[in-house]
Amino acid sequence: MTDWINSIVQGVLLGGYYALIACGLAFMFQVMRIINLAHGSLAVLAGFAIWSIAGHFGISPFLALLVVLPGMAAVGWLLQRGVLERSARAGLLVPLLATFGLAIVIDNVLFEGYGADTRSLAPFIDTLAYDSWAIGNIYIGQLSVLIFAVAVAMLGSLSLFLSKTHLGRAIRATAEDPDTVGLIGINARKVNVFATMIAMLTVAIAGMFLGMRATFMPYSGGAQLVFAFEATVIGGSGSLWGTLIGGIILGVAQTVGAQINPQGFLIAGHLVFLIVLVARVSMPFPSWPMLFSWLRRQPS
Amino acid sequence: MKAPSIIHVERWTPASVAATTGALALIVILAFGPMLFGINGIEKLTTLFIYVILAVMWNALAGYGGLISVGQQAFFGLGAYAVLRLANFGINPFLSLFIGAILVAIVSLPISSFMLRLKAGEFAIGMWVLAELAHLLVNLDGLINGETGTSFIELNRYAAPIRHALIYWSALAAMVGLLGIVFMLLRSRIGVSIQAIRDNEDAAESIGVKVFATKRIIFILAAGGAAMAGALWVASAITFQPKTYFSVEWTAYMIFMVLVGGIGTFEGAITGAVIFFLIEMWFGAAGVWYLIGLGGTALIFALFLPRGVWGTVEDRLHVRLLPVGYRLRLDHETDAPQRDGPAA
Repeated sequence: MTDWINSIVQGVLLGGYYALIACGLAFMFQVMRIINLAHGSLAVLAGFAIWSIAGHFGISPFLALLVVLPGMAAVGWLLQRGVLERSARAGLLVPLLATFGLAIVIDNVLFEGYGADTRSLAPFIDTLAYDSWAIGNIYIGQLSVLIFAVAVAMLGSLSLFLSKTHLGRAIRATAEDPDTVGLIGINARKVNVFATMIAMLTVAIAGMFLGMRATFMPYSGGAQLVFAFEATVIGGSGSLWGTLIGGIILGVAQTVGAQINPQGFLIAGHLVFLIVLVARVSMPFPSWPMLFSWLRRQPS
Repeated sequence: MKAPSIIHVERWTPASVAATTGALALIVILAFGPMLFGINGIEKLTTLFIYVILAVMWNALAGYGGLISVGQQAFFGLGAYAVLRLANFGINPFLSLFIGAILVAIVSLPISSFMLRLKAGEFAIGMWVLAELAHLLVNLDGLINGETGTSFIELNRYAAPIRHALIYWSALAAMVGLLGIVFMLLRSRIGVSIQAIRDNEDAAESIGVKVFATKRIIFILAAGGAAMAGALWVASAITFQPKTYFSVEWTAYMIFMVLVGGIGTFEGAITGAVIFFLIEMWFGAAGVWYLIGLGGTALIFALFLPRGVWGTVEDRLHVRLLPVGYRLRLDHETDAPQRDGPAA
C-alpha cells in the first residue's frame, strides 16, 4: 500500500517538472498558434549551457542560470525573428518543418560538442540532489518539492503577468486577434517576439531542473518535447494551469505504471495521453478555444 | 462542359507523354537490374527505391493531405516488426513483406479515427507519441529481445545473390505499385478532392468534399507505404534494432527529401529522394556533420525555398512531366501562367 501511495506522491511531484517544460510550449501555442518542435532541444541546449558554466567557473547551477537566462532570451529573439516569423507567413505547416529542421541541427551540434555521454547537474548541488524528508515510509525529495514549487510560482507569475501588466494584456490581445490589435496601437510583431523570449526563459529554467533531477544527453530533446506536449494536451489543451494538471496526471501515470511493470513508466504515460485524446475527439467538449476563454477569465 | 474554342484543357502534353513513356521504359530496364548490375549496384538501387517510397508517401500525407507528421517512423518500425513476426510464424519471408505492410495499413485505420481530428502541430507531435508507444510495445515482444534486437534469420535460407535479387525485385515492385496507386489516386475524383483540401480545407468542405474520408485514405496509404519501406529495409539490412527503426531520424529524412525536392508535387518527391540518396552516398560518412547539414538544409528550404527544387523548376519553366493535373492552354499565349495539377 505504501508503495502505491509513494508512487502517486512521486508522480505528483514529477508533474511539477512536466508543467515547467510544458508551460513554454503551451504559452507559444496560445499566443502564436505555433508548436515549436525544437522546444525540447532548446531546453537541453540550456541544460548544457548551465552545465558548462557551472563546471567551468565552479559555481552553483542557480548562478549559472542567471547568465543563461538572458542568453536564452536572445535565442528567443533570434528564433522569432529568424525562423518563426518568416515561416509563419507561409502557412500553419511551415513553422513545423522549420522548427523540426532546427531541432535536428541543435541536437547534432550538441552531439558534436559534447559527445554521447550523459551529463547531470546533480554533482553541482551537493546534498540537494538527494536530501529528502521522511513521512512514515515515504521519502519526499527536497529537489522535487523545489521543482514543484518553482512550477507553481512560474505559472502564477505568468498568469499575473498576463492579467496585470500592459505587455501581458497586449500579448493576450494579440493571441485573440493579431490583425485587429494593430488598430489599437499594438505592434503584433513586437509582442510575438516578447512572447517567444518569455517562453525561452521558462525553457531555460526547465532545462536546469532537467539536469538536476536526471541525466541528459544531446538527443534528450525529443523526449522532453513529447512530455511537454503530452502534459499540455492532457491538461485540457493549452491553459497555463492546465499544464500543471496535465503534468501531474502524466507524472502519476508514469510512476504508477512503473510500479506495475518496470517497462510501464513510459507506456502508461503515452497510453493516458492517447486515452485523453480519444476522449477529447469522441466527446464534444471544446479544446484549444477553451484556453482563450480561460485567459479572459484570469483576472477574477 | 464546353470550353471556348481557343482555350484547351489538356492533361497530356508532349512533355508529359515523353516523360511517362520514359518512366515506363526506365521501369522495364530496372526490372532487369539483377542481370545488369553487380550485388553492390542492386543493393544501392534497393536503398534508392526505399527512399523513393518514403518520400512519395510522406509527400502524399503532407503535400497533398496537408498533414505534417513527425511520427511516420511508427509505421516504418511496425512494418519491419510485422515482417519478422510473420516470417517467424513460418510464412514465406518475401510474402511477409507485403502482408506485413497491408496489416499495418489495416492497423492504421482505427488510429486515423482519432489522430486525424488533431490539427497541424498537434497532429505532428501526436504521431510522434504514437511512434514512441509503438516502439515500447514492440519491445515487449519476446521475439525482439528488447533493445538488443534480432535478425531476419529466415532470409538465410536463400543464397546471397538470389536473396539480393529477390529483395531488389520486391522493392522495385513495391515502389512501382505504390507510385501507381498515388498516380491513379491523384488522377481520380479523390485526387481532385485531395487538392481542394490542401488548398483550403474549409472551402473544400463547404462545396461537398468529404474531407475526413479523403484524408483517411491518404493516411492509410501513407501508413502502409511507410510500413512497406520498413519491411524492405529490414530485409536488406537483416538486423532489427527497435531503436534504429523507430527513430525520428527517418522522419527527418522524409522531411528533407520532400522539402528539398518540392512539397506537393509528384516529381518533386522523387527528385528529393534521388538528391538525398546522392548526398548520403557522398557525405553519409561525415556522421554528425552530415545530420547537421540535413537539418540545416531543411530549415533553409522551409524558410527560403518552400517549393523545393522541383517546384522552382516548374514555376520557371512551366513543365510538368507526369500527367496528374489539368492545364489550360490559350492558343495565342502559350506561355501564359498556367494553373493546374497538384502544384497549382
